Amino acid sequence: MSEQTVTIHNPVEDFLRMDRIPHIWCPGCGIGTSVNSFAHALTDANIDRKNLAIVSGIGCTGRVAGYVNLDSFHTTHGRAIPFATGLKLANPKLNVVVYSGDGDLFAIGGNHLIHAARRNIDLKVVCINNLVFAMTGGQTAPTTPGDVVTSTNPYGTYDPSFNLPYLVEAAGAVYVARWTAFHVKQLARSMEEMFAKKGFSFIEVLSPCPTLYQRRNKMGDGLDTMKFYKQVSKVRNGAPTNEVALTKSGEIVVGKFVDRERGDRGDYGNLMHDSLVDALGDDYVETEACSCQ
Amino acid sequence: MHADPAGVLTGTHFLDGDHACCEGALAAGARFSSGYPITPSTEVVERFAARVPTVGGTFIQMEDELAASITLQGAVWGGAKAFTVTSGPGFSLMMEHIGYAAMTETPCVFVDVQRGGPSTGLPTLPAQQDMMQVRWGSHGDYEIIALCPNSPQECFDLTITAFNYAEKYRCPVFVMMDEVVGHMTEKVVIPAAEEIEIEPRRYTTLPPEEFRAFKPGEDLVPDMPHVGQGYNVHVTGLTHDERGYPDMRPAVQDVLVRRLVDKIKKNVDKITLFEADQIEGAEVVVVSYGITSRVAQKAIDMARAKGLKVGKFRLITAWPFPEKEIAEIASKVKGIVVAEMNLGQMVREVERAAAGQAKVRLVGHAGGSVHKPEDILKAIMEVAR
Repeated sequence: MSEQTVTIHNPVEDFLRMDRIPHIWCPGCGIGTSVNSFAHALTDANIDRKNLAIVSGIGCTGRVAGYVNLDSFHTTHGRAIPFATGLKLANPKLNVVVYSGDGDLFAIGGNHLIHAARRNIDLKVVCINNLVFAMTGGQTAPTTPGDVVTSTNPYGTYDPSFNLPYLVEAAGAVYVARWTAFHVKQLARSMEEMFAKKGFSFIEVLSPCPTLYQRRNKMGDGLDTMKFYKQVSKVRNGAPTNEVALTKSGEIVVGKFVDRERGDRGDYGNLMHDSLVDALGDDYVETEACSCQ
Repeated sequence: MHADPAGVLTGTHFLDGDHACCEGALAAGARFSSGYPITPSTEVVERFAARVPTVGGTFIQMEDELAASITLQGAVWGGAKAFTVTSGPGFSLMMEHIGYAAMTETPCVFVDVQRGGPSTGLPTLPAQQDMMQVRWGSHGDYEIIALCPNSPQECFDLTITAFNYAEKYRCPVFVMMDEVVGHMTEKVVIPAAEEIEIEPRRYTTLPPEEFRAFKPGEDLVPDMPHVGQGYNVHVTGLTHDERGYPDMRPAVQDVLVRRLVDKIKKNVDKITLFEADQIEGAEVVVVSYGITSRVAQKAIDMARAKGLKVGKFRLITAWPFPEKEIAEIASKVKGIVVAEMNLGQMVREVERAAAGQAKVRLVGHAGGSVHKPEDILKAIMEVAR
């Protein structure tokens, strides 16, 4: 009997730089799971990938830009959002996604994030929240809940943590949702919705870090965390964001919390355009893109 | 190619150095700037914010210098020629992204209108104290180009040169002004667009399947892709191979970092700019740059009136440093006087290049005002003795 190798084509492969696989993420990590949802969202929403650029910062999630077969920029720590701001303003036709971690976006990059939300720059931000600085070994982050053990709080954390949806809504985001690595379908649908929005949009994806968070806190492995997410997550679309703060083992409120328009002038590009047309009239020279000579 | 006439304010103007710098950027094709205010540099982007919407481009006021210095790089990859402006304290914050621009070979321009430091220092009085920081401020090995205008006219001219060098060599290029040059007002002649040579962006002509984003040409500089056209380029501050893929092997690091250094070092003769006057037969040569070169000129004139043979060597590119020229001068003169508004920065390069062939005397100044010509004259007399 002759053996025959059958190769099954996974449609997600078209979206990945297969010459860079295997990736660096640990078994049980949710980052790759979220990238899978991202690939499905792009395919299902029929997004033009040629016009899609992805920008990451530094950290485990920062490596996403390196694995997806798109125009991709792996920037400095915390600065994915200002880089993406320049990319979008110079080339407004581009669809710009920022894909980075909680430490990158909310610790070192927190200032940039709130200002981009305030300006309503048309960026789609995916934040993988694994509750610690993972790449560097599991130190306490601004998202780490109280009463857990990290490498820099060996006796337990006491820093109050950020409630990301509440913060981002207050800063001005037009779309805010949260899912976990367990909610792969819902996450993909949410990403599709985000692509349909114009303005600063934000999805938090709660992800296990079995190596550095769950293990230290005796919360099991990646699979145990999936069971935990399934057990304690509660879908509450439209929940007031001040009610969705995360705790160590309490309920995880997931869903779409914010989906709104701001005023009648839309995103930053429209604000700038309308303001300059009002002020300068015929002297205003509109550009589709800052194409250099 | 010639400048786009839309950005060129042809004519004879009465401008300060900051405004002339802005006009130079517009003439060079800059259509994007991200800024954070700091005196004495802000006037550059205030003018840009007023002018660029009438030319076709964008100015954005960022939340800090960290943002300003990376937003412009996003714009460059998006297709714009872009720059930012700052002064000492802001320049310190931008160091992270100067390294990123060097590593990712992002063509961009930083204007530093220098004031006295350290820290908040002297807002807003002149100094030339960022001359080593501009060369060595970010971590790792890399090379940059830094230009030192000494008049509003040169603020215009050298800002164009800075953009041209940035595109040609794909590295961050710096216009190192000082508060006096930035704020002094003089005649500035802006030529017709067809008289201004502009270095176009080196976009690849290869199709995406043949293109490798960091494969260098013969001049050691790689061509750039257009984003949004299917090149699927990957850009990272990590050590990377010719495809732009991260690769941490020491051999890959060696090839990449040596190339980043060599693309400037091996083109040093094409890049270096200086002004030399009466070097032949001189007993003493005065080396200076920026506004200090104009004070030094007064001291040189006074010394010549006393019958001394004094030459002038003005650095226009501080970096790369004109090592060969200084070595040759040192072999022929009794001494070299270096005047600069710091307590000894470029003098170290002069000493290194002179290699003991001639006395090197620093006339330093901690900043806050320009030198007194008499102090430079005194040093010339002592060295000539």
